[in-house]
Amino acid sequence: MKHLLSAADLTREDAITVLDTASQLAAATAQGVGKLPPLRGRTVVNLFYEDSTRTRTSFEAAAKRLSADVINFSAKGSSVSKGESLKDTALTLEAMGADAVVIRHHSSGAPHQLANSGWISGGVVNAGDGTHEHPTQALLDAYTLRRHLRDNTGDLAGVKVAIVGDVLHSRVARSNAILLQTLGASVRLVGPPTLLPFGVETWGCEVSYDLDSSLDDVDAVMMLRVQRERMNAAYFPSAHEYSNRYGLNSVRAARMPDHAIVMHPGPMNRGMEITADVADSPRSVIVEQVSNGVSVRMAVLYLLLGGTEGTA
Amino acid sequence: MTSYVITGGTLLGEEAADLLIEDGVISAIGSGLKGDVVVDASGCVILPGLVDLHTHLREPGREDAETVLSGSRAAAKGGFTCVHAMANTTPVADSAGVVEQVWRLGQQAGLVEVRPVGAVTMGLGGESLAELGAMADSAAHVRVFSDDGKCVYDAAIMRRALEYVKAFDGVIAQHAQEPRLTENAQMNEGVVSGKLGLAGWPAVAEEAIIARDVLLAQHVGARLHVCHLSTAGSVDIIRWAKARGINVTAEVTPHHLYFTDDVVESYNPIFKVNPPLRTAADVEAVRAGLADGTIDIVATDHAPHPSEDKDCEWSAAAFGMTGLESALSIVNATMVKSGAMTWAQVAERMSFAPARIGKVETQGQPLTVGSPANIVVFNPSIEAEVVPVNTASASRNTPYGGLTLPGQVVATFFAGRATVLEGELV
Amino acid sequence: MTHDFEPATRDTRVVLDSDDISRALTRLAHEVVERTHGATNLTLMGIPTRGADLAVRLAAKIEQIQGQPVPVGALDVTMYRDDLRLRPARALQPTTIPADGIEGRLVVLVDDVLFSGRTIRSALDALSEHGRPQAVQLAVLVDRGHRELPIRADYVGKNLPTSKSESVQVQLVERDGIDQVTIEQA
Repeated sequence: MKHLLSAADLTREDAITVLDTASQLAAATAQGVGKLPPLRGRTVVNLFYEDSTRTRTSFEAAAKRLSADVINFSAKGSSVSKGESLKDTALTLEAMGADAVVIRHHSSGAPHQLANSGWISGGVVNAGDGTHEHPTQALLDAYTLRRHLRDNTGDLAGVKVAIVGDVLHSRVARSNAILLQTLGASVRLVGPPTLLPFGVETWGCEVSYDLDSSLDDVDAVMMLRVQRERMNAAYFPSAHEYSNRYGLNSVRAARMPDHAIVMHPGPMNRGMEITADVADSPRSVIVEQVSNGVSVRMAVLYLLLGGTEGTA
Repeated sequence: MTSYVITGGTLLGEEAADLLIEDGVISAIGSGLKGDVVVDASGCVILPGLVDLHTHLREPGREDAETVLSGSRAAAKGGFTCVHAMANTTPVADSAGVVEQVWRLGQQAGLVEVRPVGAVTMGLGGESLAELGAMADSAAHVRVFSDDGKCVYDAAIMRRALEYVKAFDGVIAQHAQEPRLTENAQMNEGVVSGKLGLAGWPAVAEEAIIARDVLLAQHVGARLHVCHLSTAGSVDIIRWAKARGINVTAEVTPHHLYFTDDVVESYNPIFKVNPPLRTAADVEAVRAGLADGTIDIVATDHAPHPSEDKDCEWSAAAFGMTGLESALSIVNATMVKSGAMTWAQVAERMSFAPARIGKVETQGQPLTVGSPANIVVFNPSIEAEVVPVNTASASRNTPYGGLTLPGQVVATFFAGRATVLEGELV
Repeated sequence: MTHDFEPATRDTRVVLDSDDISRALTRLAHEVVERTHGATNLTLMGIPTRGADLAVRLAAKIEQIQGQPVPVGALDVTMYRDDLRLRPARALQPTTIPADGIEGRLVVLVDDVLFSGRTIRSALDALSEHGRPQAVQLAVLVDRGHRELPIRADYVGKNLPTSKSESVQVQLVERDGIDQVTIEQA
């Protein structure tokens, strides 16, 4: 595999390889190994058209720990904000010798174009595109699920995950719906009908409009960020009504089985889709998701760039 | 004036006969005819020159994308002898001055009859009527009015426009798109848009406007034309309206006859168009509607864009694709080869009917002695690969690049003069 | 060095059988005990995959001799290889460091076959990430020659003269269901 554009690019075996690799890399980190050498001499460009300090730092830390040279190319204060096209930016990066471009873009499909346009020869990693996908987030979520529910080995067969909230605009939900099912988990999408995408019934997931009845059989609940501005477009009447019907509070969390975990891709709207007491409760793995992100992104970069080009 | 004998072809694919073209008209039909230049039409069908009711020539304002001259060349190469130049230029064709400028540029190019379309509302703003009568009375003799690219969304404005143009037998050609339902829309709303995370353009946004407009047309007894109809539901509404005797006509584009929305999975903006490519069920329905006459015409919605407007991420790309040069091949591929339509029906849908709707007297005339010599010679069995750089248009945004399409325009005659011979512009 | 799981073919001959391997390991254990003065400060680090299995066996044999358990771990060298770019990215193997670490210990690296020496070079790099041993030694089951780096083994189960075109395969019960070493003609 040369690029990671969509969670659908990964077979079950590919995904398990990423998770296993991530777990070895996490172990190395835990053993105190600082930098690992496999990407020495390789250049990774973080091309971020949207502000996302979390994701960018996560990729940056991952690339640096593998000894890659990292160039951060963010839209703010660069030629990008002066109207330079994606194509011209890509040609610049190619001239700079980028071996891989990690791209975050507000337009769905921009990573596909970067990978398939012939503008650049290196690999492309989708770090979130529009309302399309965010495959490394899904991988780190799968990693977190596997660590807590499957002893950090194998796949996620039999695991039940509820993904709750603004599925329509969520790249995290799209990638997770694909990847978790690839790994054998069953996925239930929960949200108001206005925030579930057209054609969601073809995704292979269970769909529910009711959060209360969706919690007592799950192994994990993944809460999605909901932007308050959505209510201006009449996706829901008010923030108050949204959190009443679809927010995870301690009463709802108590419906979950004891072993079930609470996840959130961040950044959270505390009080909107999740209350502070649930976000900070022992069953919340939200902080751990962040640290797992580095290991998973290391694994992705290693598998894309650590061998001969275009393989793995 | 050079005379031409077209030999070996079949008129409308039915009757084998030679045609003699002299002094701008068809002067004889038969065999053993003599003229200055012999055009070998063996294996070809002879059709009346094609009339496009929906063409974007971009001039004035976006001469980097297309000019009246370059668009005329592309039209001639595609077998057209008349195009209707849409009003969404810069400045907008909402006054007699602009439509006369476009009309004059067309006359100067001299390759096809260029009929300017006038805007319905000032600046395509949808709020106040443009000077429709002045455009009708101008040298450009405008009969088709459209805010194409924008919908005349306000029901009261639409009603008044429909009524007003009755005075000079004009027609409102509506771009049916409910604006609130299509804010930031990128592609057909369906399974594919849900998967790709692109904002959807639902079929209902087209159908709701068409339903409203046919009822308005009925109420005020006016003539309505529906641009680039793209959904199965729209076909049903038009069929219903016609059954009720409402004076409505409708068009479909070649690309809506050919592509389905799953080509968008490539995220290649060459497939970004408005209205968007729809589902297989929609394609089936518009083909059936075209075959049974519910849809009156094929119109290209030829929409040239410079490469920088397509060589970019999907959401930043412009809507539209070129279509003049490929239209007849696409109709051949989708309708004739399948047996759904005869060449006589193609002549009706691509020449006679659009000329009637646009009130173009010199166009869409039968292939009879004395008719103006607007003629296309088409060989339906030549398979040719579409090579975007070979286009006569100033833009290369054809969605058919790399595809092999059936059929080629061998010759085009406009008012008795050859504009295309042996497949090349004269 | 390759580990194929295909059955022996006509061009394959067995050079060590199960008993040979067991005797070689027993001898290696005695040599290690003797040369490390009772193995009191010894840590064994096997190189996955089969070197790690051999390290576990060697540790057990040393414990039999000395009556004391020997710390044993595994050291994955994949990311330190100098030929990473020549092949598709390889899956990583576990690295396990014994509880007392390797700082100040006498570390004996254990591998199945010593060939070019490049794996051992990688191992020395990998090892240095985990601490500074008092000394590092090398034990291998088979030394087949053809060194490309100035590296030699301190303990050798069997010196096996080979041509460069031959491949040596070590199979172990833990992974392959059988203990044997074979040479295959290319």
